[in-house]
Amino acid sequence: MSLRSPLGRVLGLGSAKDGTAHWWAQRVSAVALVPLTLWFMISLLALPSLDYATVRIWLSFPLTALLTMLLVAVLTYHSYLGTSVVIEDYVHSAGTKVASLLLLRFLYVLVGAASIFAVLRIALRS
Amino acid sequence: MPRPISPHWQIYRWQIGNSLSILHRATGVALAFGLFALCYWLVSLAGGQRSYALALKVLASPIGYVCLIGWTFAFSYHLLNGVRHLFWDAGYGFGRSQRHASGWFAVLGAFVLTLGVWALIWHAAP
Repeated sequence: MSLRSPLGRVLGLGSAKDGTAHWWAQRVSAVALVPLTLWFMISLLALPSLDYATVRIWLSFPLTALLTMLLVAVLTYHSYLGTSVVIEDYVHSAGTKVASLLLLRFLYVLVGAASIFAVLRIALRS
Repeated sequence: MPRPISPHWQIYRWQIGNSLSILHRATGVALAFGLFALCYWLVSLAGGQRSYALALKVLASPIGYVCLIGWTFAFSYHLLNGVRHLFWDAGYGFGRSQRHASGWFAVLGAFVLTLGVWALIWHAAP
């Protein structure tokens, strides 16, 4: 005999109400970040210098711009998933929790959008 | 109604497993700040020569260096320990000796990667 309600069985969700979506998204973005972050680090290390002209030219190559935008997007998503769990774990009063989660979400959207917009400005100018 | 929380941490013996788990979360939070720095670097690069020169000056300051080296270590550890977690998620590496070995591998590997990256940087531009 199952103790779960018929509705609970249909939805397939536990007491957290959102199933394993968050857990899966964290894992999938982690797997994507392994090649993306390694590519970014190695590319930067391989540049002869990090001066303005060198980095501008490097970032204006279509492949570099595309991969950097993907990196920033996945990084922002993965980081948001992680830090929101930290807030959920340590901020206990309901009002502060909702407020800080909202603020965190807005901050991450801002950081992600600003970074992608910056890469687009560089890549589309030249 | 207050929901149940996990048993008090005082009853657990401090060991490598929980230390590395805490370090994974701590490096993740540190890397969130690294993401903000990456965003600032990209936006300053899109902004032009003057703003990029200022960003390089900030990042090459003593505090900037401490942060950059810290983020290199945090990234290396979070990457290696993240892969360790992905192996667990796939069902491998749960044995006591395997857990300990992979844990030490993540810690030592993070130090080796950090040293390697900064040796490369200082070798290229003393």
